[in-house]
Amino acid sequence: MTTDEARAELGTLLGVPPEGTGAAIGVTVPCDRWTEAATFARHSLGCGFFSFLTVVDWKTEGLEVIARVENLDALFSLTMKTRLEPGLTTCPSIMAVYRGADWMEREAFDMFGVVFEGHPDLRRILLPDDWVGHPLLKSYAVDTPYPPYR
Amino acid sequence: MSIPRDSLLHPTVGDPSPPRVITELDYAGTERLTMNMGPQHPSAHGVFRAVLTLEGETVVAVDAVLGYLHRCHEKLAETLTYVQYPTIASKTDYVAAMTSELAYVMAAERIGAIDVPKRAQYLRVLVAELQRIASHCLWLGTWCMDMGGALGGGATIFLYCIREREVVLDLFEALVGARLLYGFHQMGGVRYDLPAGWVAQCRAATDLIEARILEYESMLEDNDFFMMRTQGVGVISREVAETVGISGPLLRGSGVAYDIRQAAPYSSYEDFTFSVPSQPAGDCFARYRVRMDEFRQSIRIVRQIVDGLPEGPISSRPGVKSVVQVRIPKGEAYARVEGPRGEVGCYLIADGGPKPYRMKWRGASFSNLAVLPHIIPGHKVADVVAIMGSVDPVFGEVDR
Repeated sequence: MTTDEARAELGTLLGVPPEGTGAAIGVTVPCDRWTEAATFARHSLGCGFFSFLTVVDWKTEGLEVIARVENLDALFSLTMKTRLEPGLTTCPSIMAVYRGADWMEREAFDMFGVVFEGHPDLRRILLPDDWVGHPLLKSYAVDTPYPPYR
Repeated sequence: MSIPRDSLLHPTVGDPSPPRVITELDYAGTERLTMNMGPQHPSAHGVFRAVLTLEGETVVAVDAVLGYLHRCHEKLAETLTYVQYPTIASKTDYVAAMTSELAYVMAAERIGAIDVPKRAQYLRVLVAELQRIASHCLWLGTWCMDMGGALGGGATIFLYCIREREVVLDLFEALVGARLLYGFHQMGGVRYDLPAGWVAQCRAATDLIEARILEYESMLEDNDFFMMRTQGVGVISREVAETVGISGPLLRGSGVAYDIRQAAPYSSYEDFTFSVPSQPAGDCFARYRVRMDEFRQSIRIVRQIVDGLPEGPISSRPGVKSVVQVRIPKGEAYARVEGPRGEVGCYLIADGGPKPYRMKWRGASFSNLAVLPHIIPGHKVADVVAIMGSVDPVFGEVDR
């Protein structure tokens, strides 16, 4: 599997146009195809290495979930993105596909409040259990108003 | 002389009360014990709590409790400018501060298409490799101290390693004036050039460390206790390594010869000759071997740089006069560097202003630590310490 073959397969088999340049392939999928895209990346493209998963808060345009995986033999990476509808905070979990998504999804839940459906143990990871709010949301004040943390 | 077991359990001297009833746990059955390891535990190398579920002396489950050092670097980065943040970035992985600074400035330079002069690129590699040596020294020392008495006193090798790390820190002090957190990198280059006499000091330091590494190896590998406690312990298969996303010496210790410095060279790494050590076994000993070989490869790179350092400017941008001096256009980039602990990545989204819109740290230690629940079950409690040390987590980077 080379980078070019991976690009071609993304277009023909998964039916989404590949983006990005060189060995850094990007792909944007709708939310309901998130798990399917991850499975495709792992089993068809050979991207076995899980790099990271994160979320970006685009304010009124909704949250965007981003995951980056890599094929360590063919030396290309795939950055998958999916946009959640404004106001929605649920996204399918890809933990069953990549075990590394376990802690990363917990962190994303902790920081953004995104609920990953299918994650067996979704709880806060970095912040205390009694923390109020999700700090990396743009609506969250830099200086938390909640005692005892302020 | 053997002491009858009963006399220990039921002391008879001076105590007329009936013997205490001691209930032994039923090891063959389902009796389980929850043991709290940490948050203040020397083998954690920071503040980390592992809730172990034991069956007898064997661990059957691990729940990791993180976040004690959480400072929300990602929110902080959104409130600080591109000029202000690099020095703060060094506080994520404070044992290898040069690495995280480099990842951040590289991400911003990539979006802004900012050139870095050749001399600055070489200086960046130089400090990154010296940092790797210093970081591995600390890892070896603390790890061997964790395994303690088995190594004939334990603290011996720790003190040796700290002594050698000091030599590298002296070099950094001569270069930037600081010993732990540097603020060496800036957009478009580096802040400081080598002072007079530095190169000679650097050569002497690398010669010294190269000789000492050989001493450590013979000291450790001649020690049966060390071999028994590391070989076959904490095996990570290649499949688990990849799907969990561990990187650096851990990944290479599981048989994957993958190094970002060669797979996707940055900052002129392609100019240097070095090899990527890897070991197929995946156990603690394999990870130890990989890191010991990395010492030598780092020394090799450092020598190539001081021999062939090009002349020229050290930064493509003027010195910092204002905190909003750097503005980079709209865009996003992921920059990653091979830190001492693995892939340190910075995912940056810029909106055209003086501050990033969003910044994500991919901390190598965070992903590496996530492998613990997969490999610890089945081991004895004492092995947890050996395994945790071989992972080499730095909690500033785990918790960010």
